[in-house]
Amino acid sequence: MKAKKLRQLIDRMKPQFEKGGKLEKLHSTFDAFEAFLFVSDKVTGRGSHIRDSIDLKRTMTIVLLALMPALFFGILNTGYQHFLSLGTNVSFISWQTFGFGFVKVFPIIVVSYVTGLTIEFITAQIRGHEVNEGFLVTGMLIPLIMPVDVPLWMVALATAFAVVFGKEVFGGTGMNVFNPALLARVFLFFAYPAYMTGDRIWIAGLTKGEGVIDGFTGATPLADAAAGHIDKIPGFMDLFIGVIPGSIGETSALAILIGAIILVVTGIGSWKIMLSVVAGGLFMGGVLNLWGANTYMQMPFYNHLVLGGFAFGAVFMATDPVTGAQTETGKWIYGFLIGLMAILIRVVNPAYPEGVMLAILLMNVFAPLIDHLVVQSNVNRRLKRMVKSANSEK
Amino acid sequence: MSKVIKIKRGLDIRLKGAPEPTVTIPATPALVAVKPTDFRGIEPRLLVKQGQEVLTGTPLFCDKVNPDIVWVSPVCGIIEDVVRGERRKLLNIVVRAGSDHRYEHLEAGSPESMDPEKIRKQILRSGLWPSIIQRPYGVVARPGDIPRDIFISAFDSAPLGPDYGFILREEAEAFATGIAALKKLTSGRIHIGLDKCSAQSNLFTGHQDVDYQVFTGPHPAGNVGVQLHQVAPLNKGEVVWTVSPQLVALIGKTFMLGYLDSSWTFALCGALIREPRYIRGIMGMSVAALLTGQIVEEERQPRVISGNVLTGSNIGKNGYLGYYDSQVTVIPEGRYYDLLGWAMPGMKKYSASRTFLSSLFPSKSWNIDTNMKGGQRAFVLTGQYEKVFPMDIYPVQLLKAILVGDIDRMEQLGIYEVVEEDMALCEFVCTSKTEVQEILRNGLDLMRKEMGE
Repeated sequence: MKAKKLRQLIDRMKPQFEKGGKLEKLHSTFDAFEAFLFVSDKVTGRGSHIRDSIDLKRTMTIVLLALMPALFFGILNTGYQHFLSLGTNVSFISWQTFGFGFVKVFPIIVVSYVTGLTIEFITAQIRGHEVNEGFLVTGMLIPLIMPVDVPLWMVALATAFAVVFGKEVFGGTGMNVFNPALLARVFLFFAYPAYMTGDRIWIAGLTKGEGVIDGFTGATPLADAAAGHIDKIPGFMDLFIGVIPGSIGETSALAILIGAIILVVTGIGSWKIMLSVVAGGLFMGGVLNLWGANTYMQMPFYNHLVLGGFAFGAVFMATDPVTGAQTETGKWIYGFLIGLMAILIRVVNPAYPEGVMLAILLMNVFAPLIDHLVVQSNVNRRLKRMVKSANSEK
Repeated sequence: MSKVIKIKRGLDIRLKGAPEPTVTIPATPALVAVKPTDFRGIEPRLLVKQGQEVLTGTPLFCDKVNPDIVWVSPVCGIIEDVVRGERRKLLNIVVRAGSDHRYEHLEAGSPESMDPEKIRKQILRSGLWPSIIQRPYGVVARPGDIPRDIFISAFDSAPLGPDYGFILREEAEAFATGIAALKKLTSGRIHIGLDKCSAQSNLFTGHQDVDYQVFTGPHPAGNVGVQLHQVAPLNKGEVVWTVSPQLVALIGKTFMLGYLDSSWTFALCGALIREPRYIRGIMGMSVAALLTGQIVEEERQPRVISGNVLTGSNIGKNGYLGYYDSQVTVIPEGRYYDLLGWAMPGMKKYSASRTFLSSLFPSKSWNIDTNMKGGQRAFVLTGQYEKVFPMDIYPVQLLKAILVGDIDRMEQLGIYEVVEEDMALCEFVCTSKTEVQEILRNGLDLMRKEMGE
């Protein structure tokens, strides 16, 4: 019954937003809200008379769902790491850790969404397009790859940069070259390196110099590894569970794996890309093991999978269908090279402790080339077939 | 005796309302129509006037470019109406059937003893030439061509697709005669695509000088284009013809009888049909009388489709059966708003993806309405089309080439090998609700114009 009343309300409001109406200028905004509440009553015209129930909103909702484990883990971990740094004894799953983590993480999410959606709505209005759903996912990805102590104004700035220069200048969702969420992070990484690197940013409160107990550095295992303190990094299982300092959503490979399962089972995320990123990472890790020039290179290669942002990048960033390779064969190559580059940059380059972000952005650039080569081989095959049949006729 | 080809990629959409294997013969319909809009690549020139008396087999219109191609009246009667649309585009030529059965006479005789030229003339005069479709472009074949091969798919894998073995169970001789006639028109072979079931029937198998292939797997395994792609893909410059089985039998019959017998059997099916079954009627017949009392769920508007739900045309309750269609599907219209429809668990929402709980019941039959189920977007997801498109062609890349009008690229990416029906499933599964078939048709038309054909 409520649905009917709501529908009547919308139907009454609608004429004002249509052509010639008083609020015509807000047409896209109204449309977005209407489409959010109700799947349209539009029916098929030419072509197929029936359509699959899936649409972009559903797709994005599934991705958000897949991000939830990482988000909840991130909230708990934020609280837990904070209390750990203070020397307070709390259990990992408790209201204290959740409460503190929530207060820290939630504002970042809100700032990301408000900034991004405002820009999305304005550009949709200017262009007279429908508002795209792409940002529903980007808006959640951005907070999850931020260090928790990042100032909120920076989140807003980075989000604005990512949406405007990462997406809208190219024509919106589906047209962009770079993964917008990663663009937000890389923007901060190069514009404000002091806030994005170092040992003190990963735990809430540390930047402000809140009391730290003796011997607690706040360094992420990745930073320890880069510094050559291989003995300091936890074991594989501990890294896999992820009760360690790091960006909000990246630490727990376990939570990310649950997300990966959701993406693969629903068919939304490409398992080919996920698998090949892992394969590429393992391959490069193995090669470096064989080289073994320093202690970092000697670290067991499989540890790379659970360190830093590797798992998060493989599951949620590399699989972005718009900026990744689009052909099925291309996906294998694209993913493998991401994994390979990520570990190479991570271990061999001293300037950047994390290589995943740069590896994915780099491969975003090369994805069209990979696709071109794959498609070209199809074209050549067709050409050869034609020549062959022409010859056989003679 | 024949190769088995496994089609791996595709999708069987299980719909409610599959036809029972029983045949009803309704009273002779009062109105039949021939619709120039059923055909691709022709320009109709009207040959009759309203009120004029016609026999079964009297030409109603012909093609302006190839005036030898004529479309004839399926019944003996009077021209009731000539319906035109925008810019006087010819839509329907409606004939009111009379009580007597008089025919335009053709020559009877075995095609085995006729030369190709004679066979060609006979098919042209019978009004059945348009049953031959040419690839590339999916247009009515040109009488002057000698095709590389002729392909016939003996089964329909589309949703609720009719069983040709059942439709033609008493037409074995006519089918064989049709094959014998068509055989003389190609320099190559006749290829018949069979499924497991039709491979057992004597109807389709056992003809001399015919190549057989058995196809297994989901739709579009039964599409002649998919079969053609698997057996001997079409190259640039080549021409092949395709004919649907019921039309093969009809061609055969004109040789046997010496006149056009326009009897036509089709499935009346779909979720809204009370008793889904087969109807033995007449080509181009009005479906209005068949539907009265047959439609369940009166509160929902029905959509009457001549053909299947993926490729058919919306003919309305008073429409006429399409020339190529062996099925009429009736499903509910979907004009409703769905509150937070995209967020619900979706036990009752069919999807080929596994994003709705409905995917827990893979063997259930569905009643799918015509709602778009989302807004149109740019291409976002990848790999989706490939899952239901079993050809060595990159579908999204091809569509993008069409959208930017890049002729060379379209050719390189294999536009000659596809027509709309081959990509219909891509349109069904598309998350971005792209009008795949319309884009492809525009591309085919553009290509044909550029090639000056």
